[in-house]
Amino acid sequence: MTMISHDVVIVGAGLTGMRAAIEMGPGVDVAVISKVHPVRSHSGAAQGGINAALREEDSWESHAYDTVKGSDYLGDQDAIEIMCREAPSDIRQMEHWGVIFSRADDRRIAQRPFGGAGYPRTCYAADRTGHALLHAMYEQVMKRRVKVYTEWFLTSLIVENGECQGVTVLDMASGELVAVRAKAVVFATGGYGRVYLTSSNGLVNTGDGMAVAYRAGAPLMDMEFVQFHPTTLKSNGVLITEGSRGEGGILINAKGERFMSKYAPNAMELASRDVVSRSEQTEINEGRGVDGCVLLDLRHLGRDKILERLPQIRDLAIKFAGTDPIEVPIPVRPGAHYSMGGIKVDVDGATPMPGLFAGGECACVSVHGANRLGGNSLLETIVFGRRAGTAVNRYITGRAMPIPGDHHLAAQRDRIHTLMSRSGGERGNLLRHELGTVMNTDVGVFRDEKGLMEAVAKAREINDRAQSLWVMDKSRVFNTDLTEALEMQNVAELAQTIAAGALARKECRGAHYRNDHPGRDDANWMKHTLARWTPDGPELSYSAVTVTKYQPQERKY
Amino acid sequence: MRIEIEIERSNPAEGQPARFETFRVEVPRHITVLDTLIKLKNEVDGSITFRRSCRSAICGSCAMRINGRSGLACDTLVEDELHRFGHLRVQPLAHMPVMRDLAVDMQPFWNRVEAVNPWVETAPEREPAWPVERETLMDQAAVDEMDDTSKCIMCMACFSACEVSDVDTRFLGPAALAKAYRVVADPRDERKQERLTALNEVGGYWDCTRCNQCVQACPKDVKPMEAIVHLRREAINAGLTNTAGSRHITEFIKIVRSEGRLNEGRMPLKMVLSDPKKLLSVLPLAVDMLRHGKLPSPIHPPIPRVKEVRRIMDKKAK
Ligand SMILES: Cc1cc2nc3c(=O)[nH]c(=O)nc-3n(C[C@H](O)[C@H](O)[C@H](O)COP(=O)(O)OP(=O)(O)OC[C@H]3O[C@@H](n4cnc5c(N)ncnc54)[C@H](O)[C@@H]3O)c2cc1C
Ligand code: SF4
Ligand code: SF4
Ligand code: FES
Repeated sequence: MTMISHDVVIVGAGLTGMRAAIEMGPGVDVAVISKVHPVRSHSGAAQGGINAALREEDSWESHAYDTVKGSDYLGDQDAIEIMCREAPSDIRQMEHWGVIFSRADDRRIAQRPFGGAGYPRTCYAADRTGHALLHAMYEQVMKRRVKVYTEWFLTSLIVENGECQGVTVLDMASGELVAVRAKAVVFATGGYGRVYLTSSNGLVNTGDGMAVAYRAGAPLMDMEFVQFHPTTLKSNGVLITEGSRGEGGILINAKGERFMSKYAPNAMELASRDVVSRSEQTEINEGRGVDGCVLLDLRHLGRDKILERLPQIRDLAIKFAGTDPIEVPIPVRPGAHYSMGGIKVDVDGATPMPGLFAGGECACVSVHGANRLGGNSLLETIVFGRRAGTAVNRYITGRAMPIPGDHHLAAQRDRIHTLMSRSGGERGNLLRHELGTVMNTDVGVFRDEKGLMEAVAKAREINDRAQSLWVMDKSRVFNTDLTEALEMQNVAELAQTIAAGALARKECRGAHYRNDHPGRDDANWMKHTLARWTPDGPELSYSAVTVTKYQPQERKY
Repeated sequence: MRIEIEIERSNPAEGQPARFETFRVEVPRHITVLDTLIKLKNEVDGSITFRRSCRSAICGSCAMRINGRSGLACDTLVEDELHRFGHLRVQPLAHMPVMRDLAVDMQPFWNRVEAVNPWVETAPEREPAWPVERETLMDQAAVDEMDDTSKCIMCMACFSACEVSDVDTRFLGPAALAKAYRVVADPRDERKQERLTALNEVGGYWDCTRCNQCVQACPKDVKPMEAIVHLRREAINAGLTNTAGSRHITEFIKIVRSEGRLNEGRMPLKMVLSDPKKLLSVLPLAVDMLRHGKLPSPIHPPIPRVKEVRRIMDKKAK
């Protein structure tokens, strides 16, 4: 059994993880661990853009107001203010680090309108903003020679006396389990879209970090808030960016009606995502859909504009939906897209567990509250990645390297040995399909008590079954059958917290919509849900929302 | 539809050499190669090994050789392959050691990328301190110049397809050189000359044979070969004219200018005359060729309307 040490271990090499690593001082021995090569991280899939009030006519206060409103008043306003105030500087820093942003006529960074925003403040790099940011960030990681362990899979957190002292990982190439001890650990492991059957997320977004932290005792916050993106392709959930609506794309139903005029007469297609997704689902449920979808029409933008501004979107639609948006509308439907919930952290990324920090989509600060605005999560990764880095630098100063026992690794060896030695049983992917279907139907765009009770029970049952999966592959070398089984255990763990939180929350807020409890209920529910792991499933408690200057109002677009 | 797929499988570390295994599977019509592999892994043989992440042609994980051509499994349709080749065979990428089945050891590729110092370099004193008050101003035209190369997803398909990489392990390969051009073309970068000089060596932009394989393999239309041609042009413009490659281009142009066409006899002479060592090394070959009447005469008159050729060249140069 191997034990290595680094002052700081960062798990996750998406935008958040790499940004945090870069922030470590030169004297700090930091290592980044990732189950995929950094540039394969899902940050690279983000298309539309990243928000900041860069222009004199705009202001961070207005960005903050839009974000608070978008969050349906569940976002913590102190955190939102920090993010919006620091955004312009972080974007400009990324620009100096080499990000190739699209440019406006005055040669400054170009900005486009995005849903829920009162000003066009979404910076972009054509329709591949995440890719541009991710590759530039990795360039900086190469430049600074940050140590990266690629294709190391996180299996558990090492906790002694309530303090986080490192992680255990599976080195996928060799099949060896490794304990990495550290003075501080940062989780930046991304979202959990793959808990659902239809999702815009890549196959790697299984919420591993959240599940591992949760099992180790760190609380998860606001897990019931899952954003459904209004425009995902029917075939495989691949996303059609909101930028396509920002550029003027419209949504129509089977009758050719621009139905958003009924639901959000002012903002229309650029209303907040939860509003658009529910409008689409209503159209579909009431029989005005087309084969379970509605249509995104870009034709009126014309060939030139589509080719110039949305080339990648056109490629995706041709390849995965078999339609050329220059000629025909694209069939789209809502799909699980973004995890508002995550490991509870403060504005410096610190979790309630000493030594454990988190940032990005796996964390909940909370800046997105009940509903994230497009362009705010890429922003969150760099602002809070940086802030977590700074806080970790402070935390480790003068701190000795912990000396955890061997039993952490031994426990993981037993766990994996048990999985590997089974020669029959359920296959993870079938179970995953079963879970995803339940989550889609009962914990989806519309929810009610009956469905949620079923979902809670089902998630619990599936979680039990997930403990005895059948791993067919018996090799030690790059065993992806094994890592997929571990991922299945993680999604099953998280599904329980999502369903339990949703069942308890008897109101409608942001992305959480209860048919049986219409309307937002600020008197009883303007509070965060906290879920803690117990042997009998999640135990829920609540904490207050921080309000600075924006008093709750009705959210209308 | 019911299809047959042949997968090259191996596990060198555990002593299993490469062999093909054939699977028969029922799939929907509009399915990608990646989804077919996933289906097989889920339902038939969990030990089939490959990489995947985004399933939407943006992360670069799933490149492999499909019917001999390097490309992304997630953006290749099974139907198209069957239509074109009548069969479907997948193999790991070339030019890298196989880890297992379709997953290769990516290190040789990343070593090459890192070798070009692929980041925008600003002098430390000009690196703005946080908070950063303003961005660099840049024309959209400059952004457009970097458009092709900045689309690269580092999928390694071009490296696998590259013909020079078949024979020369020193060659940096298409993706690394495309990345080099991405930084050279960046108005913010302050190391342009240094970069061009470093890549003027063995393994750099002159070692490409312009076979175009990389352009065909690339799923993101990066056109690495064109980036390499741009690098060469930048190098000559920057005064880097001491290499065989740049001499070849400059002499080529001179000859066409003076004679109105390429003189196959003069060209090699021009290339070796300034380099006595080279001259000696090719002398036996030249004698041999002369004996067999294969050496073209270096002396022949310019074509009749050579002036027109010069006019065209002048116009083009402007
Ligand atoms: C299709 C799509 C489009 C989007 N578009 C936008 C947009 O336009 N604007 C916007 O603001 N946001 C957008 N988002 C959201 C945004 O991209 C993400 O929230 C953000 O990039 C998440 O970054 P991250 O650093 O938290 O995690 P990720 O980039 O997902 O990285 C997670 C990292 O954790 C590692 N990891 C995970 N599990 C393990 C494990 N078990 N062991 C080791 N390592 C592990 C992974 O390897 C990876 O490196 C989009 C999201 C999607 C899915
Ligand atoms: S054109 Fe050059 S870089 Fe591209 S594949 Fe051919 S030899 Fe390699
Ligand atoms: S140039 Fe094209 S083929 Fe080569 S790594 Fe980049 S995206 Fe892949
Ligand atoms: S899976 Fe990401 S490119 Fe194919």
